[in-house]
Amino acid sequence: MLNAADIATLWLTFKVAGIATLLMLLFGTPLAWWLARTTSRWKTICNALVSLPLVLPPTVLGFYLLIMLGPNGPIGHLTTELGLGTLPFTFPGLVVASVLYSLPFVVQPLQASFTAIGEQPLEAAATLRAGPLDTFFSVVVPLAKPGFLTASILGFTHTVGEFGVVLMVGGNIPDRTRVVSVQIYNHVEALEYTEAHWLAGILMLFSFSVLLVLYTVLKTQPVAHPLK
Amino acid sequence: MNMTTIQACFQLDYGDFKLDVDLKLPGTGITVLFGHSGSGKTTLLRCIAGLQRAPQGKLEINGHIWQDSERDLFLPTYKRPLGYVFQEANLFPHLTVRDNLHYGLKRIKHNSGTVKLEQTLELLGIGHLLERMPGHLSGGERQRVAIARALALNPEVLLMDEPLASLDFKRKQEILPFLSRLHQQLDIPVLYVTHSQQEVAQLADTLVIMEDGRALASGPLSETQSRLDVPLAQDREAATVWQATVAEHEADYHLTRVAFAGGSLSLPAVDAEIGTPLRVQIYARDVSIALEAPTATSILNVLPATITGIAEGRDGQSIVQLRLPRMAAETAPGGPRHSLHPWKSELSQSVGNRCDQVGDQALLAHITRKSALLLGLQIGMSVYAQIKGTSLLN
Repeated sequence: MLNAADIATLWLTFKVAGIATLLMLLFGTPLAWWLARTTSRWKTICNALVSLPLVLPPTVLGFYLLIMLGPNGPIGHLTTELGLGTLPFTFPGLVVASVLYSLPFVVQPLQASFTAIGEQPLEAAATLRAGPLDTFFSVVVPLAKPGFLTASILGFTHTVGEFGVVLMVGGNIPDRTRVVSVQIYNHVEALEYTEAHWLAGILMLFSFSVLLVLYTVLKTQPVAHPLK
Repeated sequence: MNMTTIQACFQLDYGDFKLDVDLKLPGTGITVLFGHSGSGKTTLLRCIAGLQRAPQGKLEINGHIWQDSERDLFLPTYKRPLGYVFQEANLFPHLTVRDNLHYGLKRIKHNSGTVKLEQTLELLGIGHLLERMPGHLSGGERQRVAIARALALNPEVLLMDEPLASLDFKRKQEILPFLSRLHQQLDIPVLYVTHSQQEVAQLADTLVIMEDGRALASGPLSETQSRLDVPLAQDREAATVWQATVAEHEADYHLTRVAFAGGSLSLPAVDAEIGTPLRVQIYARDVSIALEAPTATSILNVLPATITGIAEGRDGQSIVQLRLPRMAAETAPGGPRHSLHPWKSELSQSVGNRCDQVGDQALLAHITRKSALLLGLQIGMSVYAQIKGTSLLN
């Protein structure tokens, strides 16, 4: 069965994933919108940068984050100056690392659905007196609903499943940075296979059901192709 | 009296495509921008809507400046009081027909104009579709909803970009009558882009002919249709369209007489009340020319006219441009000069004033070059135009 420490790691994991997902939607939406619409030459570089965590070993990303956020890194300097201390091995640090790590899983579905909407509904809205922000909330968001759903679910589940970045940036501190994936590793190291089974099973079941729900909902979406 | 005028001057250069127009268009009726694809007609319309920004441009609608590149002024589309109908209806797929119609209405501060939503619903016959989603409408229904959505805003100008192009023949016939009615019942100037000569004939009051990003000609319909310097006059299907009104029914002969500014025409019986406005199309190939008033001919419609231009056509043809004297204004008090038939004078008196807003009637005749030579046709000659056939457009 699950002991108190296991439950704490589960709770911490979902808290990190929840906050990170909200932050990713907040920053990822304008970023995806810009990437979907811009003709700027920076677009390609930005696309590559955002997608980097898809191909990079998580330890590499974690290593650089550790350096950057640490007391001698540029961001660490800044946070220290601001009186925030340094981020590595803290809960906020874990959230920041998670956001960077899972961002492509949020930005890419959003960017794809923004691109699929095309120019036409936006032009129609403009000829019907809707300004840019109005158009975004009254036309783009409803039409990109499948994209937002996919982005939220992939962003959340991917953050729940992270390991390498957490270990590098967050460490293994109970109640502060110890998430489920790390806890499973601890159990296996200690040969506590029963406990490992429980946690692994829960993650397995959780991820599968969430994806099942996602694909069921996407299949029933009336506007697969937003025009017609 | 609506004094709206539209002044549009745009220059843009995409390398392989240039737009360079300077147009002054009337603020009433339907102005058709006609041309082949790539002629710049849609680009011009999009520049007027602000959907595309011409680097050099000045646009004044109804006394309001919408763009003036010299003063770096460019009103974004959503601040322009216009209505726009796209080639594909472009309804919002996530909203019902009702919500589509209200989308723009909700965003205008006060509905001060004369057009009410109920009126447009009735005009376009879409009242029964309100709860449907756009995905469950036919192409023709979608386009009618799109037109209603634009009209409901009471725009100062209605811009329509080939609204019928994506529809099949049957759907086109379903919508054209609505557009004609719209034209008769609403006082909103319309700019209508099309490459269809049929739509030009059925809808246009003013015609602008576009080619290679320039306006080749623009002016009242029959006048522009009969311009000899425009390829349209060379076309085998070249024709002029006159706006007339039903003047008299001759039941015995199964004929209807219609009156226009330059006189009157006999048509096969039309089932319409006296005074109903009609559009009559006369193909250039159906018009022949006589130097003297023919006294013994089976052709009913013989009209006095003046030759205003002659051009070489293809295949041994001559294209003759004719102008009919404005009979209503000149001769209404004393009867027409050329009384071919005893009942004619009476008629032009009774209906002459009603259509004096229509300018001089222009007419095209395609005749053989040999005939032109034998008759010695020259600019300025007074002749008689014999019209062998006419077709009614609405």
